[in-house]
Amino acid sequence: MKNDIDRGPLFFRDRDWHPAAYTPGYKTSMTRAPFRPLVALGSTLSEETGPAFGHTMIGALDNNLILNFTGQPAIGERIIMHGRVLDENGRGIPNVLVEIWQANAGGRYRHKKDNYAAPLDPNFGGCGRTISGPDGSYEFLTVRPGAYPWPNHVNNWRPMHIHISVFGSGFGQRLITQMYFEGDPLIAKCPIVKTIGQEKAIQALVAPLDMNRAIPMDCLAYKFDIVLRGRRQSFFENRKEGL
Amino acid sequence: MQKLDYLKESPSQTAGPYVHIGLTPNKLGIPGIYPTDLGESPIREGAKGEQITIVGTVQDGAGMILRDALIESWQADAEGIYPGNDPRGAADPNVTGWARIIADFDSGEWTLSTIKPGRVPFPDGRMMAPHIALWVVARGVNLGLQTRIYFEDEDNESCPVLQRIEHRPRVNTLIAKKTADGTYRFDIVLQGENETVFFDI
Repeated sequence: MKNDIDRGPLFFRDRDWHPAAYTPGYKTSMTRAPFRPLVALGSTLSEETGPAFGHTMIGALDNNLILNFTGQPAIGERIIMHGRVLDENGRGIPNVLVEIWQANAGGRYRHKKDNYAAPLDPNFGGCGRTISGPDGSYEFLTVRPGAYPWPNHVNNWRPMHIHISVFGSGFGQRLITQMYFEGDPLIAKCPIVKTIGQEKAIQALVAPLDMNRAIPMDCLAYKFDIVLRGRRQSFFENRKEGL
Repeated sequence: MQKLDYLKESPSQTAGPYVHIGLTPNKLGIPGIYPTDLGESPIREGAKGEQITIVGTVQDGAGMILRDALIESWQADAEGIYPGNDPRGAADPNVTGWARIIADFDSGEWTLSTIKPGRVPFPDGRMMAPHIALWVVARGVNLGLQTRIYFEDEDNESCPVLQRIEHRPRVNTLIAKKTADGTYRFDIVLQGENETVFFDI
C-alpha cells in the first residue's frame, strides 16, 4: 500500500531511550554487545522500504491464542491485549504485521530449551499474529502469562510479559519489545527491564488494565500502544530528481 | 514555549531465547498454528538474477557460536528495486525481498538462498554497491543490530556507505567471501576481534 507514511527518511533513533547494548545486570548481554561504536549512517532506501504483508495471509484464529493451538481453550486468566501501532508523529500505521509470543499461565514456554517445573498446557501454543487495521489498531485474545524464573542471578524471575515483534513501512523501523502488566511488583526487580535506563521509557512498556474493553463474565483487557520510528514528510529532501 | 508533541519510539527489549515460538514456530517443532513460517525465502521461482547462497554464523565475544540468533534480511531485486513501497516503481514480482533466517539449533549455522541484488541509490544519488540489509536479534541483544552483507566480487570501493567507515580494515567485516560459484560465507562477530560493523541507521 503506497501512501504518505510509507515514504520519507526515518527519524533518528534515541539510543539513550532504548537499552544500551552492554548491560551487565543482564549477563548474556556482556558477551553479545558490540564494543565498537555504531557507524552513523541515517536511513537510505534500504531502510525506508520494507516488506508488506496482506490480510489474506492471516488465519481466522491467528490472533486468538486461547483457541489457535488445538481448538480447545487454554487455561488461565482470559485477556484481550489491544492497542494501536503508531509512529512518532502519532499516526496509526495500517497494514503492518504484529506477532506475539509468550509463556502459558504457569510461566512455561512451549520450547525445547525451557525445562521449568511448571507444566505445559496441552491447549496452549503461545504465539499469535495479526495485521493492523486502517487506524493502526490490533488485538489479541490470550491468557495472561505467568512469571517464571531464569538463570541470571540466582533468584531472578521475569515479570509477566508478552513478547511483541512489529514491522513498520520501512525495514529500519523493525522492532522487538516486551509488554508488561500494570501493577506487577516484579517489573522493578527485573534485570532485562532495567537494561532501559529511563523510568519513563520503562513505563512505556507497561500496559494498563482497560476495563472499558473488558467483556463482562468473559475476559479482562490490557491496552498497549506500540510506537515505531517516525518518518520525515519534508518536501525539501536533499535528493536528486527522480530518486 | 509550545510543546514538541512527538511520541517516543517504544523501547526495545531482547527477543530472548524463545523467539522461535513467535517467529518460526514450525521450524521449532510447533506445527499446526500457522501453515508455514513467514519469510521462508526472499524469492519465488522465476526470480531474475544470479542465484546465490550465503552461509554464516553469529559469534559472541567469547568466541562461542550463537544457537539462538534470528536474522532478518531485506534486499532489492536484480535491478536494484525494492518490492513494496519503493517510490521508483514495481520490483520483480518474484522477489519479495524479505527473509527470516534462524541459526541451526545444533551447529549455529544459518543459510540464505536468494538472488544477488542490484545497486540502489544513496540519498544523494550516488549508487551503493549491491548489499543485503540484515537485522540481528537474540537473547542478550537488547536492541536489534543492523548490518549489511556486501560481496567480494563486486565494486565496493565507490559505495558511499562503506566510505563512511573510518577504520578502513573494518570494511572487510561487511564483505561476504566467495567460497564457490554462487556461494558466499558471511560470519557475524558481535564483539571483540574482527567485530562486525553495525550501523546507527
